[in-house]
Amino acid sequence: MEKSVIMLGNEAIARGAFEAGVKVSSAYPGTPSTEISEFLAKYSEVYTEWAPNEKVALEAAAGASFAGVRSMACMKHVGLNVASDPLYTLAYTGVNGGLVIVVADDPGLASSQNEQDTRMIARSAHLPVIEPSDSNEAKEFFKFAFELSEKYDTPVIFRTTTKLSHSQSVVDLCDRTEVEDKPYERDMKKYVMMPASAIGRHKVVEARELQMEKDACAFPINSVEMGDSKIGFITSGIAYQYVKEACPDASVLKLGIVNPLPKQLICDFVSKCDEVYVFEELEPVIEEQVRSWGLKVHGKEMFTKQGEYSANMLKKAIYGKDEIAFDKAEAPARPPILCPGCPHRSVFSVLNKLKIHAAGDIGCYTLGAVAPLNVIDTTVCMGSSISILHGMEKAKGKEFIKNWVATIGDSTFLHTGVNSLINMVYNKATGTVMILDNRTTGMTGHQEHAATGKTLKGEETYAIDLAELCRSIGVKRVIEVNAFDIKELEKIIKESVNGDELTVIIAKAPCALIKGQKFPDVCRCTPEDCRKCGMCLKIGCPALTKQADGTVKIDETMCNGCGLCMSYCKFGAIKKVAR
Amino acid sequence: MNIMVVGVGGQGTLLTSRIIGKTALNAGWDVKLSEVHGMAQRGGSVVTFVRFGKKVFEPVCEEGSVDILISFERLEALRYTHFLKPDGAMIVNDTRIDPMTVVIGAAKYPEEILENLEKSHKLYTIDGGAIAKELGNSKVLNTVVLGLAAKHIGFTEEQWLETLKATVPQKTVDINVKAFKAGYEK
Repeated sequence: MEKSVIMLGNEAIARGAFEAGVKVSSAYPGTPSTEISEFLAKYSEVYTEWAPNEKVALEAAAGASFAGVRSMACMKHVGLNVASDPLYTLAYTGVNGGLVIVVADDPGLASSQNEQDTRMIARSAHLPVIEPSDSNEAKEFFKFAFELSEKYDTPVIFRTTTKLSHSQSVVDLCDRTEVEDKPYERDMKKYVMMPASAIGRHKVVEARELQMEKDACAFPINSVEMGDSKIGFITSGIAYQYVKEACPDASVLKLGIVNPLPKQLICDFVSKCDEVYVFEELEPVIEEQVRSWGLKVHGKEMFTKQGEYSANMLKKAIYGKDEIAFDKAEAPARPPILCPGCPHRSVFSVLNKLKIHAAGDIGCYTLGAVAPLNVIDTTVCMGSSISILHGMEKAKGKEFIKNWVATIGDSTFLHTGVNSLINMVYNKATGTVMILDNRTTGMTGHQEHAATGKTLKGEETYAIDLAELCRSIGVKRVIEVNAFDIKELEKIIKESVNGDELTVIIAKAPCALIKGQKFPDVCRCTPEDCRKCGMCLKIGCPALTKQADGTVKIDETMCNGCGLCMSYCKFGAIKKVAR
Repeated sequence: MNIMVVGVGGQGTLLTSRIIGKTALNAGWDVKLSEVHGMAQRGGSVVTFVRFGKKVFEPVCEEGSVDILISFERLEALRYTHFLKPDGAMIVNDTRIDPMTVVIGAAKYPEEILENLEKSHKLYTIDGGAIAKELGNSKVLNTVVLGLAAKHIGFTEEQWLETLKATVPQKTVDINVKAFKAGYEK
């Protein structure tokens, strides 16, 4: 089988996993890694699942590896923080069946809360890192990663970045290679990481890394393209493409393995070029090591640690060229916003009206921080909203949080929020937690989770009842409410924040983008009845615009007929009508 | 050739760029596409790139390098004009979607965008929304606009229709073909 198709980087990784004979994959969604699992789920030969968080996913993948099959876990960069507990010790245990961890970094913050560099974590965990530069490499290197994992008895990190994951390029398809399951044998010194055995394994880790550093010079995933010897680049991943675009004649050392570095290969390359530039997005991981060997290279004094790189940026940095003056037109910003018909808007509109602050979390509802809703005060990481509210109460007392709530989505609550709620129960907190239950993992593109009743493969399964879960850990006051019932919401929120009892309010309504829903109605504003007061515009729905005469018009192709604007119109100018 | 497709989240920019990419691939070119997923998609300004040629390196187009800019909204056309080559062409869907900054009164929607762009650029406009509505499905406006753009990109109508049929959901093939032709024949 040899067929050329165009594939998203993430789809190519899934294809690589399929071709590599992977049998088990576990993941939690996170941009830009999500589609890997979605594409992988289409192959019946591979068991794929959504886990509640990345730690669980990596441990499940490790269990599959210990049992003797090729397995993998996928996550975004910050997901690796959650999974770092098993990660560091899996470096010690090593593997049985190959184990590859896909981690997607997000330089430029397309959809993340920081710009951390996975290679730094890999270095401290002493794990090898493979990095492809296009979709075909993503597929081919992924297969190589499994060979490496099994040969060196180590988990391998497969690093991608947003531009790689979310760009498409041509891929040559191959057949799946079935890999025979390895037998499982009890090996306490390798798999039971208590001090006596871990001491021994630490030595193994160090020896392995030194060996790999030597062997890496001959790995086929590295390549040297000698061109003009006046200028040479050491690069990897998507940055390689920018080098080729900007300086097609330069010499290039493209690294497929970025930890450990193939030292001799790099030393030889540097010796052949007059000036060498290390061109790597984010942290100077390659550069600092190369400098530590006494080699002279250019790097972060010319290229930023922030954002995504580009060919123009490289040209400017090296040649000082700015051939064309790019006059950007002045255009009002168009930041992301909650969709029309989004139930989060309804909840935030009430919180805004009541002048309540929210400790926020990670998800679409982070957009509740911006105008015109302006509700969320803090956002740190998955699950943090609940613990941050708790910390505020412990710092300044229960009166201080009388105008505060924590807001968290259903998927995020199950990810790590539930731990924080246990802490509130255990340590006698009195705060109000709002679970914005839209029946999906919204921001990443509508993935199932443990409370939706469906698996990643689309099979029916038990749906965890969030209200029962909260009650079972000891929350006495759990209230479920329709997210679009703003009168009821207002009443419950007021009672809850003013009371002295820990309360969980579950505001329920499905995400408007979940497929298969019907929206038979639209909202329509009658201009003659519109008093131009602007109340409906305060909810920040993109379907509504103010016309030149001050009246409001509702775009019927965008409107889902949720009726929130209608609820805020005191003059009955907005009505729901059949589409 | 460098093509940039811009619009507002939810307008179908992703699908449009994928159809262009597949058509170019089927015609024998090396192709790269760059997409936007995640938070940026939520009603924000969405930018995708399609590049094809003998060998393509970076998946994005640099400022000043775009041959054809396809925009599904007027303000977005204005926002990315500086990506065009001096002789590049613009295909603009003649519609206005106010960004939240305008809705809440923090900014003004620029007046006479198309009139001003026409003075300095090769500009082709179409009211894709109205045509799509006439055809009976306002969601195919992106295919109408693609139809107009297709004439400027090249390839034959048959080549376009082949990828279009293979890319859009099976149930919507007929309406999408009609929408494409409406734009192509304009």
